[in-house]
Amino acid sequence: MTETVSPPAAHRRRGPGPAKLPAGERWRRRGPLLPGLLLVIVLTQLPMAATLYYSFQSRNLLRPEERAFAGFGNYAAVFGDGQFRGAVLNTVFLTAAVVILSMVLGIAFAVLLDQRFLGRSIVRTLLITPFLVMPAAAALMWKHAMFNPLFGILNWALSPFGVERVDWVSEHPMFSLVLMLTWQWTPFMMLIVLAGLQSQNTEIIEAAKMDGAGPIAVFGRITLPQLRPFIELATLLGSIFIVNTFDPIYLITQGGPGQATTNLPYFIYQRTFRAFEVGEAAAAGVIVVIGTIVIAVFALRLISSLFREGDQR
Amino acid sequence: MTKVLPPPPEAHAPEPAHAVGRRRVRRAPLRARLGKAGVAALAWAAAIVFFFPVLWMFVSGFKQEAQASTDPPTFLFRPTLDQFEAILGRDFAPFLLNSLMASVGSTLLVIVLATPAAYALSLAPIRRWKDSLFFFISTRMMPPVAIILPLYIIANNVGLLDNVTLLSLVYTAMNLPIAVWMIRSFLLEVPRETLEAARVDGATFGVEIRRIILPMIAPGLAATALICFIFAWNEFFFAVSLTSTRAATVPVFLTGFITSEGLFLARLSAAATMAALPVILAGWFAQKWLVRGLTLGAVK
Repeated sequence: MTETVSPPAAHRRRGPGPAKLPAGERWRRRGPLLPGLLLVIVLTQLPMAATLYYSFQSRNLLRPEERAFAGFGNYAAVFGDGQFRGAVLNTVFLTAAVVILSMVLGIAFAVLLDQRFLGRSIVRTLLITPFLVMPAAAALMWKHAMFNPLFGILNWALSPFGVERVDWVSEHPMFSLVLMLTWQWTPFMMLIVLAGLQSQNTEIIEAAKMDGAGPIAVFGRITLPQLRPFIELATLLGSIFIVNTFDPIYLITQGGPGQATTNLPYFIYQRTFRAFEVGEAAAAGVIVVIGTIVIAVFALRLISSLFREGDQR
Repeated sequence: MTKVLPPPPEAHAPEPAHAVGRRRVRRAPLRARLGKAGVAALAWAAAIVFFFPVLWMFVSGFKQEAQASTDPPTFLFRPTLDQFEAILGRDFAPFLLNSLMASVGSTLLVIVLATPAAYALSLAPIRRWKDSLFFFISTRMMPPVAIILPLYIIANNVGLLDNVTLLSLVYTAMNLPIAVWMIRSFLLEVPRETLEAARVDGATFGVEIRRIILPMIAPGLAATALICFIFAWNEFFFAVSLTSTRAATVPVFLTGFITSEGLFLARLSAAATMAALPVILAGWFAQKWLVRGLTLGAVK
């Protein structure tokens, strides 16, 4: 992960470069960094290296004596596995749906919260709460209190519209997950977009209004372009976290019915802790990491550019 | 509106159009006022819809089981603490204690490790410091599923499986990148002039840290600690994979409610309320800094 995700090259030369310091001074400056760095390396990078190693091994924890080098056999097995391909598609669909929906709602809520009205801070507080509720608790509450076919709130709320006794989790499992996750992630998007709205240059907007620009023109031509880095950042970070969605799948659908809602994290979890297929689980894990790196590179670029602006301010 | 404000004496004549006309002159144009009311109504509607599941969780915890699962939902009832008592009687305390130890322990360790690291990465920068900074952030983006198996095997070999210490260490590694970035962003806000003035006055390194930097970033450290506590307390994947009976945390306790047999919604609500409340309160309190934590200090 480290080698691939380094900051853009143009960035390295900048910053106050303490070029040639004596060795003692260099270590005195580096010292405070080391304990934290060491802990992170031991707990994240070493296991990652081990995963890479396992992914080339044929190994099952239930048969520990049979171990062999497998080359790319695990990768071939994983790509040939219909369940894995299904999990990839489910992950992409779930992530895209939740990111898009929560971003649209997040922008809408942020625009509302950027206005002045009675009880604005209470509304803001209420709107961020879904993100704070322990995801495991939220998942179970949605499963049993919201989605229940007999006494669920969702059916009750929709009953005036002619919806009756829908068993959301078994009839529309993916929709249920998207709904619950959108509820959970909208505050995340909203907070970042709101920070963007509040940091925008109001003088330009005033000038545009003086020139007769309507609210829609102002939003589309001025606000949205200024918000772009914030929307991109929220989308990228949100994607990285939502790809790793595990709690609601484990707690609401268990990846089912069948494999309908099995995403990559849940697929790997099952391969690891139910089937003990070490090699294949590791290979699938490496594939997820590679996918994440692709998103992460963009995220890091963006963060480094935002943070360059911040340093100059 | 007119009910509350008695009309001025001279406007007593039955001439409503006249009154409206006068008001229009004094206040903002009608369209703007309607727009404002519309914004408030929409925002409040969104807040109520989004908060409702949380409110329902809280309310249902005070119900009897029969009242919790009715169609249509029961809104008026005599609140009871029975469910909370039942949960606390079901050995909830050890889970709570494990959660507290893992999240508070890791948060303290994070602050102790991240503050010097952030210092090294901001006020006294080393060579290639941006690489270290981006290394930290990239570890936070690594999918937990990709490292769970080796962690499990290593922990099993050294006898740390189902141990709160292991969970604390994992949460420390998980939160360290966020903390380093956040604390760095607070350190950068310490005015350079203050530091230079102190050095001119002959302040030693220790004095500079204790008397100037720490007091100035103390609110930032508190905010960082709250954010780290939130992530550690809510964490489920590592907890469910690396613990079983002795070190299981509150989210793992909740897995006992996966099946939908029997009447138990009120009890689940009580348990979920107790599980979620510490972080909801911490999050409301740390609202101002939440964005900074979520974007690793990139957005203030």
